Amino acid sequence: MSKPRGGFAGFRGRLRSRGKLDDETWDELEETLLLADVGASTTAVLLDQVKARAVSEKVRDADALPGLLEAEIAAALHAGADRSLQRASSGPSAWVLVGVNGVGKTTTIAKLAAREVEDGHRVLLAAADTFRAAAADQLVHWAERLGVEIVRAQEGADPGSVAFDALEASVSRGVDVVLVDTAGRLHTKTNLMEELKKVLRIVERTPGALQEVLLVLDATTGQNGLTQARQFTEAVGVTGVVLTKLDGTAKGGIVLAIEAELGVPVKLVGLGESAEDLVDFDPAEFAAALVGANEEDE
Amino acid sequence: MFDTLSDRFDGIFKKLRGKGKLSDADVDAVAREIRLALLEADVHVGVVKRFVNEIKERAVGEEVTKSLSPGQQVIKIVHDELVSILGGATGKLKGGSATPTVVMLAGLQGSGKTTVAAKLARHLEKEGKRVLLVAADLQRPAAVEQLRVLGERAGVPVFSEATDPVAVASAGVEEARRLGRNVVVLDTAGRIQIDADLMDELARMRDAVKPDDALLVLDAMTGQEAVNVAETFAATLPLTGVVLTKLDGDARGGAALSLKEVTGLPIVFAGTGEKLDAFEAFHPDRMASRILGMGDMLTLIEKAEESFDADQAAITEAKIRKGEFTLEDFLEQMQQMKKMGPIQNIIEMLPGMPKELRDADIDEGELGRVEAIIRSMTPAERRDTHLINGSRRARIAAGSGTTTTQVNAVLKQFAGVQKMMKQLTKGGKKGRRGMQMPGMPGFS
Repeated sequence: MSKPRGGFAGFRGRLRSRGKLDDETWDELEETLLLADVGASTTAVLLDQVKARAVSEKVRDADALPGLLEAEIAAALHAGADRSLQRASSGPSAWVLVGVNGVGKTTTIAKLAAREVEDGHRVLLAAADTFRAAAADQLVHWAERLGVEIVRAQEGADPGSVAFDALEASVSRGVDVVLVDTAGRLHTKTNLMEELKKVLRIVERTPGALQEVLLVLDATTGQNGLTQARQFTEAVGVTGVVLTKLDGTAKGGIVLAIEAELGVPVKLVGLGESAEDLVDFDPAEFAAALVGANEEDE
Repeated sequence: MFDTLSDRFDGIFKKLRGKGKLSDADVDAVAREIRLALLEADVHVGVVKRFVNEIKERAVGEEVTKSLSPGQQVIKIVHDELVSILGGATGKLKGGSATPTVVMLAGLQGSGKTTVAAKLARHLEKEGKRVLLVAADLQRPAAVEQLRVLGERAGVPVFSEATDPVAVASAGVEEARRLGRNVVVLDTAGRIQIDADLMDELARMRDAVKPDDALLVLDAMTGQEAVNVAETFAATLPLTGVVLTKLDGDARGGAALSLKEVTGLPIVFAGTGEKLDAFEAFHPDRMASRILGMGDMLTLIEKAEESFDADQAAITEAKIRKGEFTLEDFLEQMQQMKKMGPIQNIIEMLPGMPKELRDADIDEGELGRVEAIIRSMTPAERRDTHLINGSRRARIAAGSGTTTTQVNAVLKQFAGVQKMMKQLTKGGKKGRRGMQMPGMPGFS
């Protein structure tokens, strides 16, 4: 996980050539955080903390800043929070993936399924995105490729009934993990959020099955990511975030605000197209990658 | 769209109102707030800097002391500046002389290309063009199938074959020529802009089909990355514009400002919903007005005109004048309203709507219930509600899947509307204002 860089690496280079800390140094640091989609208020908080530490530790050299910032980011990410995917003690574990349109829910499901199959678990996919044209076809394609079971319905069918059938099939067939794909929906659409709540209620009917509600978030998302996380958490109790498409130059800085405000941990990170590119989120690595301290290209 | 940004400016300018003159400290305070608001709206840091400096220069200068009050003056400066950034050709494709003309769509994964392809095709068909959709996204499983389904819904033929994207693109243009279609809308696979192989594929498609228009499809929720994305795609494709999608969410859409400013690419269309006709020309001036909380009256008026049946309105007006407004007319009015789109969207366009109302959940289902109740009445009952006795009420409730209490509520409401209309008609000229949308203030 070494993708987010760019701004921070370049910034560090500039700091080095300058040496001493001055106002301009702080302005540049601020700008770099903002460019990473960290957001104005979180940036202000982080800068204050780094400033305070710079004062208390009598730091005068700009070179020391990246290290300080990295430490603050790692601390802000609740280092030590439980980021593992939860499993039921007996019976199937249902992981439901939710999010706005186009963040990569279906692709993430496929990658998760591949990981679980690799680990020797019996997986069932629930194609509860009955809205987007051909969404179920997309999932069927993955199910065939991965050799896992799938429950699907006609386009336009009730997503709740798909969830119901999937859970029922999982219990009777002794499935370990049920991955529930849901239709992308903007968090502002009340009706669609109600529909999602219903899907969750149906999953909850199987006692102990609902283990994760994962919000899939596109790393290129700006400040709206926080609103998304807030609304989905309020509606369906999000238990973790999957940050996708982090293989570009986008930094995904909004997750700092999400963890700080909502306490919802980032659990997984998508770094590319293939199944192995879905990896566990590591706060220390993420912070280091953001700050660029471990970059080879310095 | 952009609600929160306009709330923010509302807050700033409330503080300014009532002051005769802007001090330097005032200007700084305003500049700081504008900067924060724009950053929270995901406007690119560089653009924010330039924008704020411009505002400061103009606000501190002599302009402020002229005729308008300083608050209005700053609003005008900010508005003009927003328009100048957002401005440019919109709603129109560049097009070309050859037949068919080729419109190529490109963008990151999940930005909404396939949906836009279908929406654009439908939009062009409405303009009288004959479109062929070409599905060259062979990357994402079932993407071709998705476009086929959407194309069917839009009534536009879809071409694809299981070869490779460049071959599909060329063959698609050939097919359009053979079928006599005059526009090709080419859907391509989503790709991240740093993927050299896929960007190269895009370049080969460009060379194969020589697009007249190349549109970058961008999610309105995109953060600072928007500028990087646009610049890299522009380096590969002769981009002619941007389609901004998912504007029906609550993302403040600062990407719109950044893109135009940094890349110079016009934002041509806006995607505003899940349905195929939730697609419109992007209007810089209206958008700037929205950003400033001045509402989007122009779009509203346009929508009203588009869905408004003048003859029907004249009949209704005559009926109201004679005091003969019946439930049948009421139903007719409801249909006209519905044609304008979801009520929530309409309210968002109205200027001066309080935030609470903009955020309120409008229960469209309630309207559906009212409609069902009226439709469960006989024509005679609709014309004269006095006919409706107890057993008729029970029948209407059963027919519409409601309760007699709900039927009663509708009847009572309607009686109120009728009463109000009679009063309005008595008021002569004043009465005209209540004509179009009885019971729906503000829609006359």
